[in-house]
Amino acid sequence: MLFLYFIFLLSPPGNVKARDVPNDAGGKIEVTWKLSPDDSLLDFYIIFRQTQTEAGWSTPETLMIVKRGLSKITDTDCKDGVKYRYIVRAVKGEEWVDSSPSNIAISSAQWFHKKRASALILLIIIVGLLLFFIQKARKGEELFIRKITGLDAIDEAVGRSTEMGKPLLFTLGLGTIADIPTIAGLSILKRVSKKAAEYETDLIVPCFDPVVYVAAQETVKEGYMEAGRPDLYKEGNVFFLSYDQFGYAAGVDGIMVREKPGAIFLQGYFYAESLILAETGNSIGAIQISGTTAVTQLPFFIAATDYTLIGEEMYAASAYLTKDPLFLATIKGEDWVKILLIAVIVLGIALETIAYFLKIPLLHFLKQFFTII
Amino acid sequence: MVEVIFIWIAAGLTLAIFSFLYKDNPFYKVAEHIYVGSAAAFWFLYLWFFDVEPKILGPFKEVFHKYGFSGMWAHFGAEQWILFIPIFLSICMLLRFIPPTAWLSRWAIAFTVGMAAGLGVTGALQGYIIPQTQATLLPLWTGNPLTSFNNLIIVIATLATLFYFFFSKEHKGVLGVFSRIGITFIMIAFGASFGYTVMARVSLLIGRIHFLLFEWLSSFFH
Repeated sequence: MLFLYFIFLLSPPGNVKARDVPNDAGGKIEVTWKLSPDDSLLDFYIIFRQTQTEAGWSTPETLMIVKRGLSKITDTDCKDGVKYRYIVRAVKGEEWVDSSPSNIAISSAQWFHKKRASALILLIIIVGLLLFFIQKARKGEELFIRKITGLDAIDEAVGRSTEMGKPLLFTLGLGTIADIPTIAGLSILKRVSKKAAEYETDLIVPCFDPVVYVAAQETVKEGYMEAGRPDLYKEGNVFFLSYDQFGYAAGVDGIMVREKPGAIFLQGYFYAESLILAETGNSIGAIQISGTTAVTQLPFFIAATDYTLIGEEMYAASAYLTKDPLFLATIKGEDWVKILLIAVIVLGIALETIAYFLKIPLLHFLKQFFTII
Repeated sequence: MVEVIFIWIAAGLTLAIFSFLYKDNPFYKVAEHIYVGSAAAFWFLYLWFFDVEPKILGPFKEVFHKYGFSGMWAHFGAEQWILFIPIFLSICMLLRFIPPTAWLSRWAIAFTVGMAAGLGVTGALQGYIIPQTQATLLPLWTGNPLTSFNNLIIVIATLATLFYFFFSKEHKGVLGVFSRIGITFIMIAFGASFGYTVMARVSLLIGRIHFLLFEWLSSFFH
């Protein structure tokens, strides 16, 4: 019934084509059609979908209604491996006309996104460089790391707090354990907890995320054990506070003004609570060392704390603090990745500038290579 | 009437929190504890109804209702079987409460951290490094002096900032000069970000003051 022309005044949309959306996780089919010659007179198009069953094609179901002038839709509700076909109906008031059914299309997932080849190539280069420098470090090559003032200040802060007879406070921010700044923060926490154990100073760690809380407990326990003082470890000092952003901020502020820590470490991923925490810490006269990769919060930390680890300086913390050759090798590898990127950028700028003057589209190849859809 | 009561509670708690600006006091302590406690209750329910119930229990419910406990196992598909991995890891995490088995929680943490590190590498590449590199590949002359100058600033700032984050060389000589230019650009960017964010915070404060003046105080006259 559907394929019959009920009204002969309207021309149907033509050339309806369906295809699996490439480079996706499956479940999507793209449908295109040639607009009806009467497109300007139409109210809208209705797209119908049919599914192939053992008994043949199912009754057409309405997939969506699109306004005139549109000739492409994406069906995002497909089951992979099922055969579908589509019909486009042109509608004007009470009149309508159907297109011929499209070709059969089957959605499927792709393992590899072809337009992200640049990411794969860069990843291989990065991994290659890291492995190369790790190998060099294993052979005993001396590796240098520049001074990072914020990390040097950790021992000073713990010492000062001990002299004042005050505890230390360490917050890992609002990041989850899946956030890299939180993982970097944990490596700094380990160093702080080891120093706290050596100096016999209490360390308070209020946590925002339950999984981070568990990881923080393990980290602090390990720090105390490495210092040879597991007896000083107090499980209750590392605790879950709140999973609400400002509830957490209010709680940490309360702890700061009541416990009056001598040193405060703000290391991890922070949001709008950063300044509330840093200003309260400042008001009680604690020495504060902050670090985050959150670009919008770094200005507040720089303004309100004594030392700030900016972005990647946090990631270098574990290598810097442990001086482990393998960690240092990764820093060296990262620096070579930066050199490579600088070279690529300089080359790309030269090519783009020449391309502007000579009008040769081929010279945009590097920019296109780095274009990820 | 109920609405007025809630406005009074909200205004009281707002003023109690603001009182911290003077110093720590019993009013702030009460507000802080109410906030932390109610947030814990809220997030427990939120995680139950938006994570555990629909994502873990949901896929089993339908099969259970249809086939019963003994019959459901034969009708589990990939959707159900795959859930046993997070369920197992969740149980490992909960075993922290039983000291002899507490070490099993490390499996769950190790899995999550490993997954995060792996995703972080590709995420940083596709989300930051490649788009930033692509956006820096700009012609230094575009025909328009202002656009060309803008492009020049973007290029110099990006390259100098990269130099600042060199860790395996002492920042002396040429590298020192570039890294100083880099940190200057970083600070300029932070200054702009600071002003922008402060404006957003001021708008939050205005919202709260507006509530106190126009909703709370106006309730005196009704």
